[in-house]
Amino acid sequence: MTATTDRYVESALPSVAGVSLSRVVAFCVMTGVLVVAPFFVYPVFLMKALCFALFACAFNLLIGYVGLLSFGHAVFLGSAGYGAAHSAKVWGFAPELAIVFGTGIAAVLGVVIGALAIRSKGIYFANITLAFAQMVYFFSLQATFTGGEDGIQSVPRGTLLGLLDLRETFTVYFVVLAIFLGGFLLIYRAIHSPFGQVLKAIRENEVRAVSLGYRAEQYKLLAFVLSATFAGLAGATKALVFQLASLTDVHWTMSGEVVLMTLLGGLGTVFGPVVGAFVVVTLENYLAQIGAWVTIVQGAIFVVCVLSFRRGIVGELGHILRKSL
Amino acid sequence: MTIFGVPTQALFGQLLIGLINGAFYALLSLGLSVIFGLLNIINFTHGAQYMMGAFAAYFALQWLGLGYWWALVIAPVVVGLTGIVLERTTLKFLYQLDHLYGLLLTFGFALIIQGLFRHQYGSSGLPYPMPRELGGGQNLGFMFLPNYRAWVIVFSVAVCLATWYVIERTRLGAYLRAATENPALVQAFGVNVPRMITLTYGFGVGLAGLAGVLAAPIYQVNPLMGADLIIVVFAVVVIGGLGSIMGSIVTGFGLGVVEGFTKVFYPEASNTVIFVIMALVLLVRPSGLFGRST
Repeated sequence: MTATTDRYVESALPSVAGVSLSRVVAFCVMTGVLVVAPFFVYPVFLMKALCFALFACAFNLLIGYVGLLSFGHAVFLGSAGYGAAHSAKVWGFAPELAIVFGTGIAAVLGVVIGALAIRSKGIYFANITLAFAQMVYFFSLQATFTGGEDGIQSVPRGTLLGLLDLRETFTVYFVVLAIFLGGFLLIYRAIHSPFGQVLKAIRENEVRAVSLGYRAEQYKLLAFVLSATFAGLAGATKALVFQLASLTDVHWTMSGEVVLMTLLGGLGTVFGPVVGAFVVVTLENYLAQIGAWVTIVQGAIFVVCVLSFRRGIVGELGHILRKSL
Repeated sequence: MTIFGVPTQALFGQLLIGLINGAFYALLSLGLSVIFGLLNIINFTHGAQYMMGAFAAYFALQWLGLGYWWALVIAPVVVGLTGIVLERTTLKFLYQLDHLYGLLLTFGFALIIQGLFRHQYGSSGLPYPMPRELGGGQNLGFMFLPNYRAWVIVFSVAVCLATWYVIERTRLGAYLRAATENPALVQAFGVNVPRMITLTYGFGVGLAGLAGVLAAPIYQVNPLMGADLIIVVFAVVVIGGLGSIMGSIVTGFGLGVVEGFTKVFYPEASNTVIFVIMALVLLVRPSGLFGRST
């Protein structure tokens, strides 16, 4: 699935330290809005959206830049959540350690699943990741430490680095914001490094990239593990912030949701997943009261996006402004 | 009498359940395979269409007073027709795009359909009566065999073999296989390939509807009955190899039986055994047991 928006010639635009001006402006606007937002909007809602935004960015790394559609990304979100929640609650890990531990679990799962799935492409890849995700789901359902249907509840937030008391809503908001921005910038850096260029080359023409001497499988595996790790970072953070790790985060519907966020925001755009995550989380927030309508609306968005809005919100915006966002 | 410390009664009981599940795996993965062969899309709506088949049987009984045998004919046709409408109005615009868009579109439709049914009928499930002719069962000495379950197995084997025969041994099937290989060339020979694609999709979806009718008296008619099942079927399809007709049938029944036996010997793994087998098969044969290498 190739992204259309990334093909504008970036070097022709004015740039700041090698980054196109439009992206610098967009990043400043995004950061500014997110810093001011908690004073106007319910911070817990914003934190949920930020966790999903990081999750979607991690997912976009794989689909937007390697062209691989993973339909099992909930595994990394959910397993990291379980890891962080269990280590914080049962073993008494400090929050920063719990997040690192949870993220590490997602990374290890990323290596295992990636090594098996990366040998296939396209629909096979989507199917295989989905099947592995279902396997991890059933494992989480039956294992004792996950708490089965109940999940791991009332996870202590603790004190970050022994300094910041995470029970304060505003403190925890800015910690989540910092984690999100850090993850966002690291993913951006990975995409726009020589490594990212090779990924795009593989996406466009794998045979040619191989003939030029690149070990395509290793690049794809590394991209997969990176994507899994950042998804894990989002999941571990989410578990600590909401003090809950549950089956919802490993279920395949969650894998579908992250696809939806990225597709709606714009596949292969830098800011698309963030916008998509905020839109989808907002929608769910308002539709949650009327039960089954959430899935109906989600399905309808899928259909509309695929049939007539394939660039997504940010992709379409970039197309109108003739800028790569 | 026991085998490996397990009473034969339990063993054969699970074997039977395994064969029943296998029958549904086979029918559903067969439909997916036929669709994938020609359209190159994985039909994510398949689980929802299986559910629609069960609901069509339920509606036929409630609204029209038509029983199981009528439903067996009507439901697949009705569900197949909805599939044809879906293909004509949306799917056909996606063939020149990346195949993944087809997956996403059908996923969206699955969400819409399941959401609508859940909104209307809740998620508790509606009962559907067993056809009177197939009530009761046979005492085989070592186990009790309910007639309806035997019927499901026999009938689905027959449907699978008939489908295999049509695709692999008839002139129509030859056109179909040729169009799978090279649609442009087949069209140049004067075969109406777009219509063939539409009918193939309708047929594959109809098979899902048929499986839904067969399932209705065993499981309850439930808006979410296909949602989790379809993921197992995806794994079955990956193991068998996408696009292989006989492969889907054999792996479908085989994995159902394996799953049944796992329930006897190591119940904790019965939900995951198919996915474990999938991982092992991928290590050894990435294109599936019966698939051609891609």
